[in-house]
Amino acid sequence: MSAPDHDPSGPGHNPARRQALNCLAAWTGATVVWTVAGGVPRALGATGDGAPAAAAKNALTFVQISDTHIGFHKEANPDVVGSLRRAIADIHALPQTPAFVVHTGDVSHLSKPEEFAQARDVLQEIRVDRVHTIPGEHDTIDEGVTGYLKFFDHDGKGKSWYSFDQGGVHFVGLNNVLNFKMGTMASLGDEQIGWLKGDLASVSHSTPIVLLGHIPLWTVWEPWGWGTADSAQAMALLRPFGSVTVLNGHIHQVLQKVEGNIALHTARSLAYPLPTPGQAGIGEPGPVKVPAGELGRLLGTRQLSVVPGRHDLALIDKPLDA
Amino acid sequence: MTYAFARNAALPLRAGAGLVLVLCAALGAPAICLAADSPATAVDIKKFAFPKEITVAPGTKIIWTNRDETPHTVTSTDKSFASKGLDTDDKFEHTFTSEGDFSYTCTLHPFMTGVVHVRKR
Repeated sequence: MSAPDHDPSGPGHNPARRQALNCLAAWTGATVVWTVAGGVPRALGATGDGAPAAAAKNALTFVQISDTHIGFHKEANPDVVGSLRRAIADIHALPQTPAFVVHTGDVSHLSKPEEFAQARDVLQEIRVDRVHTIPGEHDTIDEGVTGYLKFFDHDGKGKSWYSFDQGGVHFVGLNNVLNFKMGTMASLGDEQIGWLKGDLASVSHSTPIVLLGHIPLWTVWEPWGWGTADSAQAMALLRPFGSVTVLNGHIHQVLQKVEGNIALHTARSLAYPLPTPGQAGIGEPGPVKVPAGELGRLLGTRQLSVVPGRHDLALIDKPLDA
Repeated sequence: MTYAFARNAALPLRAGAGLVLVLCAALGAPAICLAADSPATAVDIKKFAFPKEITVAPGTKIIWTNRDETPHTVTSTDKSFASKGLDTDDKFEHTFTSEGDFSYTCTLHPFMTGVVHVRKR
């Protein structure tokens, strides 16, 4: 990439980048290979058979899964555990074993201990070193984040936000589902924003950042709460970095947006589809029922690769059924 | 009890007063009998929405039922009442004893809001 692409001061003056400020609903079922360079995703092509492309040998490869909703049994997907196990089989079939898996929230459906326990047990079937999870709003229903942390406390500190470094990349997990005022979207909250500021202070601006948050960190559709009320504060902290990738769940579909050097991506669910933002004729973000043969095309996983020194992040969204 | 309530409609009803009255007689507890005679109002949570406004008399019990396939909660702003997570067809009830305006939301979907006005008739 040329230097201007990493210039954090000028993204708003770059016409090509402005043209890239868009949202794309990718419900086509095709596997699309994305390369993210300097925060700007470019489609490289599609593999018609759904076979994942091999990542570069020295790349850090990991997988994002999301919205497993363990405990959901309704018509939209009577077998969410089966869907998760199909995703695990896909992960095990990848040509390059991923370093780890990230789960971007709504691990459970109703925050019940038995749901968390089952989710933890099934996630432990994934043959990777670790599964990093963050909570969704379905994981914090009755007692805030307490019940979730009994099973998924990342580093034993009793917090639902954390960071770690791996493969030259700084990873940050956030909780943007609990802090809200009535009638508004949920937010990160001052305590967490303060923590994030301190966490990022020790990271060089040339270090690629991958940030995990359940609800999109940009406003996809405010009437359905598909956004984070104080995301602008988080974005301001991320803007000085040359390569920032934000991975979200919550809306059960692949969308993306680029803001300067920050690329934001939502992922498919492994439970059930949701409508497109504000979809006409639906009116609310409830589970969408589709014929059984179509469900697997709307659920899926995402493989990501980071090549050290290039700041290129390649994303491959793969539905369970190609 | 009928389940055919229109969206955002509040329908007054008497909830099982006869059965409770028998229990009251056996226990000899007039206060409970008075409570059983108080009105109840059933409302639906449907399509990610509460009834925007409900107006009831003091002593009224409101029974919320979640008609969505997504869980919701009924959580008051002033913490005076809060349901557990309500799955499909789960109910939550709260009796409003004093006058006032009680706003509430769903902690999973804070864009969902409603208010209960408790007024003497």
